[in-house]
Amino acid sequence: MTSSIQEILNKYPNAGHDSLIPILQQVQEHMGYLSEESVVEVGKYLNMPTSKIFGVATFYNQFRFNAPGKFHVQVCRGTACHVLGSATVLNEIEKNLKIKAGQTTKDKMFSLEVVACIGACGLAPVISINGEFHAKVTSETIKTIFESYRNREVVS
Amino acid sequence: MMADKNYLIENVLRRTEKEELKPEVLRQLKVLRGDENTKPVVYVGAGTCGLGAGAAQTMQHARTWLSEKGIDAEVIPVGCIGLCSSEPLLDVKLPGRKRISFEHVSAEKVAPILEQVFAGKLPQADILGQFAEQDTQESWEHVPALTDHFFFKPQVRLVLENCGITNPVSIEEYIARGGYRAYLNSLKVFSREELCDFVEKSGLRGRGGGGFPTGKKWKFALGTESEQKYLICNADEGDPGAFMDRAVIEGDPHKLLEGMAIAAYAIGASKAYVYIRAEYPLAIERLVIAIDQAKQYGLIGKNIFDSGVDLDIVIKKGAGAFVCGEETALIHSIEGKRGMPRPRPPFPAVSGLFGKPTIINNVETLSNLPTIINKGADWFSSMGTATSKGTKVFALSGKISLTGLVEIPMGTSIREIIFTVAGGVPNGKKFKAVQMGGPSGGCVTDQNLDIPIDYESLLNVGAMMGSGGMVVMDEDTCMVDVAKFFMDFIQRESCGKCIPCREGTRRMLEILESITTKPKNRETHEPLARFKGVLQIEKLGKVIRDTSLCGLGQSAPNPVLSTLKWFREEYEEHVFDKKCRAGVCTNLRVYTIDVENCTGCTLCAKKCPTNAIIGGRKQPHFIIPDKCISCGACEEACNFNAVKVS
Repeated sequence: MTSSIQEILNKYPNAGHDSLIPILQQVQEHMGYLSEESVVEVGKYLNMPTSKIFGVATFYNQFRFNAPGKFHVQVCRGTACHVLGSATVLNEIEKNLKIKAGQTTKDKMFSLEVVACIGACGLAPVISINGEFHAKVTSETIKTIFESYRNREVVS
Repeated sequence: MMADKNYLIENVLRRTEKEELKPEVLRQLKVLRGDENTKPVVYVGAGTCGLGAGAAQTMQHARTWLSEKGIDAEVIPVGCIGLCSSEPLLDVKLPGRKRISFEHVSAEKVAPILEQVFAGKLPQADILGQFAEQDTQESWEHVPALTDHFFFKPQVRLVLENCGITNPVSIEEYIARGGYRAYLNSLKVFSREELCDFVEKSGLRGRGGGGFPTGKKWKFALGTESEQKYLICNADEGDPGAFMDRAVIEGDPHKLLEGMAIAAYAIGASKAYVYIRAEYPLAIERLVIAIDQAKQYGLIGKNIFDSGVDLDIVIKKGAGAFVCGEETALIHSIEGKRGMPRPRPPFPAVSGLFGKPTIINNVETLSNLPTIINKGADWFSSMGTATSKGTKVFALSGKISLTGLVEIPMGTSIREIIFTVAGGVPNGKKFKAVQMGGPSGGCVTDQNLDIPIDYESLLNVGAMMGSGGMVVMDEDTCMVDVAKFFMDFIQRESCGKCIPCREGTRRMLEILESITTKPKNRETHEPLARFKGVLQIEKLGKVIRDTSLCGLGQSAPNPVLSTLKWFREEYEEHVFDKKCRAGVCTNLRVYTIDVENCTGCTLCAKKCPTNAIIGGRKQPHFIIPDKCISCGACEEACNFNAVKVS
């Protein structure tokens, strides 16, 4: 793990503080989240206190500090989605997965996140699972969607 | 011979204004534009919205069908044409025939449609229209022109001109459509001052929300001496309900790049950033390709086309903070800090990124520039109202028949957009309001729908242009709930620097939460206290507006103040009658048990978390209203349909 972070850091020679966010983004892309060790590592490289880095990272919605599940579910809570019932959808997903937003299921299969707006308002309400969009979801379709992902797991 | 890079540079880009294009070159350009082709082409609308609707499968099925039939054809993913509710869209351009467009082409419909079209016949349903402007090509009989479709007819598409039509990752096609001419011409014809004057004269104003005249803004940066200046394109489209920037970048990234190049030249910036949301992976991917292509053509780089002008464009991914739409917060974010605004002055145009003069323009603003340069400032300013010129892209969503993007000349009425272009409210429901300008904006009600759209008229009715999101609401939408939704959003996104915004929005949210929940104790004066909450929310809103540093805080109370202004009776109903007329606020629902249907199975009584249900075994049950918290557990538990909601 440490070596892969080092690899990312090597892409930023003579990096200043303005490279902090891109580096954190790459670390998260690679590991799925920001672990404490990785933040310490980045801090050493950029010569920045760890507290400062956490200060920046916690400010932005993008950064996670827990490992996500195999399937990362994002529920859009934009205005259009809200008007068309995304609150019910979120409720239904929470019931289906038996977790709350921000948590990961015990079997590490699914993690749930609420996002501000994915920008697919024309297809509201929208959820995205590992970057795959599901448009116009309803309480009924949620069951089939999650079932298909569970089956996918069994097959692979 | 196919027109390659050097061919296009020599014959098209380096051509002076007086030189006519040779017939041979014209023919090549027609081929590149896709107006004349030797090989059939299938286009699939594959923006984020299209992919969400299943365009990937549509594309896959088209490829499979073509290879099974052994047809040598091209399949090109294009951006979004704006008709999100008709996705997936599939177009076919046969050699010698006009390009024809189909809607709702889900995977299983691909084969039947292609079967018919390739046989030269028309499939029965789902035809959207044909590209009538391809005049050298044979028409499809009885197929209307796409431009005559009621959705497209009232539109004037400048920014969206190529979106959903051209191949977004082909710089050749963009050049064949006259692309990058505006940039190269401005390098040759205009001095920096003249270019700023020209854009100021056109009347272009910032499309990101504030509406500051673009040319005037540029002059502040141009007038500041510095060895390094920066241009930032703000593509951090954080407004929930707006997606035009995403669509423009996904559908026509070169137009944005050309606009950026023009703006960078005007202010004397040799480095430009695109600050784009990380939530838009497809847009980022296409932008990376486009930048790379522009570099190969020498349109970005050192000494561009021997003009002595340098330009470098870098992508910075935003990390998800609504407040970063504010200029100084955005600059802090690029510098690797927490995205918190700072007091102005100094304005970024004087001291911005890394302390250097910086101009921040929105995607739509920049994408307007190539057309303004090509067609002239007077042409542009002839469109629109006295204070707002040109066109504006609006993102339509919510309770509306056709959702998607429309580009409308300023001065058009909101009623025309909602009822003529987008087909009004579906399912025979009654229109209630349209929310404009996102969390900073407000609602426009039926009585104000006829105002001509411009920056000032919208402010007068308590809404704002914002970035152009329009969320339509019908009678089933609760306005108190909408206000609560926005307060919840703002409250989470407040950066925490100013106390009125950080604490005040939290308190406003709590007041809204209290009036959308049943009072727990009837003995006290809770209804009165709830009413006082509404009075306080107005006062609190005004304090937040007057004492916050940045635009986010200053406009934070808008959704509440605006709904309170137009829908006071709904607030009063929630407070006094504890009733939500739209039935959205579930905590205000009243549950009763139907004595006829109840079998006395005691299931509901067991499930009730507050022990509010009484009744003996095999006896009809009863809900004690004062104890009920309206959670709905009894309704879910009942197998006999005996629990009624009102």
